[in-house]
Amino acid sequence: MGMTMTQKILAKHAGLEEVNAGQFIEMDLDIVLGNDITTPVAIKEFEKMGAKKIYDKDKVVVVFDHFVPAKDIKSAEQCKVSRCFCKEQGVTNFFDVGQMGIEHALLPEKGLVVAGDTVIGADSHTCTYGALGAFSTGGGSTDMAAGMATGQLWFKVPSAIKFNLTGKLNKWVSGKDVILYIIGKIGVDGALYKSMEFTGEGVKELSMDDRFAICNMAIEAGGKNGIFPVDEKTIEYMKEHSTKEYTIYETDNDAEYDEVIDIDLSTLKSTVSFPHLPENTRSIDNVGNVKIDQVVIGSCTNGRIEDMRVAAEILKGHKVHPDVRTIIIPATQAIYKQCITEGLTEIFIDAGAAVSTPTCGPCLGGYMGILAEGEKALATTNRNFIGRMGHPGSEVYLASPAVAAASAIAGKIADPNFIYGGNK
Amino acid sequence: MNAQGKVFKYGDNIDTDAIIAARYLNTPDYKDLASHCMQDIDTVFAKAVKEGDIIVAMKNFGCGSSREHAPIAIKVAGISCVIAKSFARIFYRNAFNIGLPILECEEAADKIEAGDEVSVDFKSGKITNVTKNETYQAEPFPDFIQQIISSEGLVGYVKNKLSK
Ligand code: SF4
Repeated sequence: MGMTMTQKILAKHAGLEEVNAGQFIEMDLDIVLGNDITTPVAIKEFEKMGAKKIYDKDKVVVVFDHFVPAKDIKSAEQCKVSRCFCKEQGVTNFFDVGQMGIEHALLPEKGLVVAGDTVIGADSHTCTYGALGAFSTGGGSTDMAAGMATGQLWFKVPSAIKFNLTGKLNKWVSGKDVILYIIGKIGVDGALYKSMEFTGEGVKELSMDDRFAICNMAIEAGGKNGIFPVDEKTIEYMKEHSTKEYTIYETDNDAEYDEVIDIDLSTLKSTVSFPHLPENTRSIDNVGNVKIDQVVIGSCTNGRIEDMRVAAEILKGHKVHPDVRTIIIPATQAIYKQCITEGLTEIFIDAGAAVSTPTCGPCLGGYMGILAEGEKALATTNRNFIGRMGHPGSEVYLASPAVAAASAIAGKIADPNFIYGGNK
Repeated sequence: MNAQGKVFKYGDNIDTDAIIAARYLNTPDYKDLASHCMQDIDTVFAKAVKEGDIIVAMKNFGCGSSREHAPIAIKVAGISCVIAKSFARIFYRNAFNIGLPILECEEAADKIEAGDEVSVDFKSGKITNVTKNETYQAEPFPDFIQQIISSEGLVGYVKNKLSK
């Protein structure tokens, strides 16, 4: 029987000819990732395992992003633990303030993950790198510890859902809308334990940043990983960012899928997830009148350069609504700098937005834009659970950077087409 | 390997915040965690639970964050096994990794009620409802998972592996 792309990557790294859905394997890891919150816990477990040295100093990656630059004493102490560990162990890919960015934007940008790699991260959005044709998934801190100690970890081989994409997205509709649409359709456990394989003619129309955003939210549908085939755009991206050798895996023609879902990209509209689950989606023409207090453009889903460009294109020459605090957070130092070079930062500041150094910050209700009781935010982030961005009585709506920028101007959730009279 | 105890029953999508609220994550004391387990959805649980008791829930148990505190709180509270229609995937990993046995069984989740006395044979996956005199069949643990559980979790498993 044929294997999916994901199954082939797993088989190769487990040293097996073939694997089947449901089978348990132990396989080699190319990257083991942790952040400022999960790494200290993993270090404790690592020590309990009796481990002394990490398996490969180039393959363990530690990124400070959640509460960094340290927001309080507790986060500073947490960072200190990981910082000492990284120095002691000689971790080459350790990213502290000044180098760091949001982990899932940073790793591809630094060329640390390429096609065919296996990645485990002690962070649920580690599934992002599937955009590059890699297998990557989130785990717990004990997983990270085992990965650091042995370079191996157990996995249950997933079955898959195939998303057959055709057509081309309309102006202002992006990868974020594609994944929100999918989660709205299949639900927050619609892909539980499964691979979400995105294939079809429509793939070539999606930019790398679109693909990152789509894979990023696979976990919001319960998925184990999201994955795209490797095409010219992927190769071009990897050439630009990495010197690592990559391997292209292709799904067999007779691979089995639990389900095949056809999506014509040209029919999709801007999509918004209403509180308090990502599956509560509505297309932009059905959102009604939702006044908002805050807009956040950033995060591991939508803090990349294309997201910044779209936001700037809409905000240019406009002022944000006086009642909307608008916070824009480029996801990495490189993106931050590019925003300055391209004049985007100036557009943001002239529009009345606050622009911040890279951080997860408000995405998880950490700092830099916490909501008070009864407040509503529209964010380009990926989760809108109760209390995710602050007070349990606040609300988060999820959308694309285009909708976020338009809404910042309108003071309520708005269609970017509306700002432009419908035809830009 | 077996478990037997009285059942606490819950519904769909029990998330990690319901299992252990984020406000209790700043304690390194696991006993303390256990004393707040399920608090926001069930104020009785932490006081009533006895060593060996079993949690039965519907679909997507443990959804939400990747925090390992959730299965730890359940285990330290004394729960010997969680049975559900399905588990959120990171919870599924974390549970085995910290040594909490979990089983998926639709029929058991539908038929078992709160307060039933239930026993589980991990080797065969057979679940016996002593109160109702019924049995249900779950997938038994694969060998690999048996090894992790008998090493009391991934830490023990890796420790053995490293010392070889
Ligand atoms: S941006 Fe948000 S979702 Fe992404 S890693 Fe940071 S906290 Fe997690």
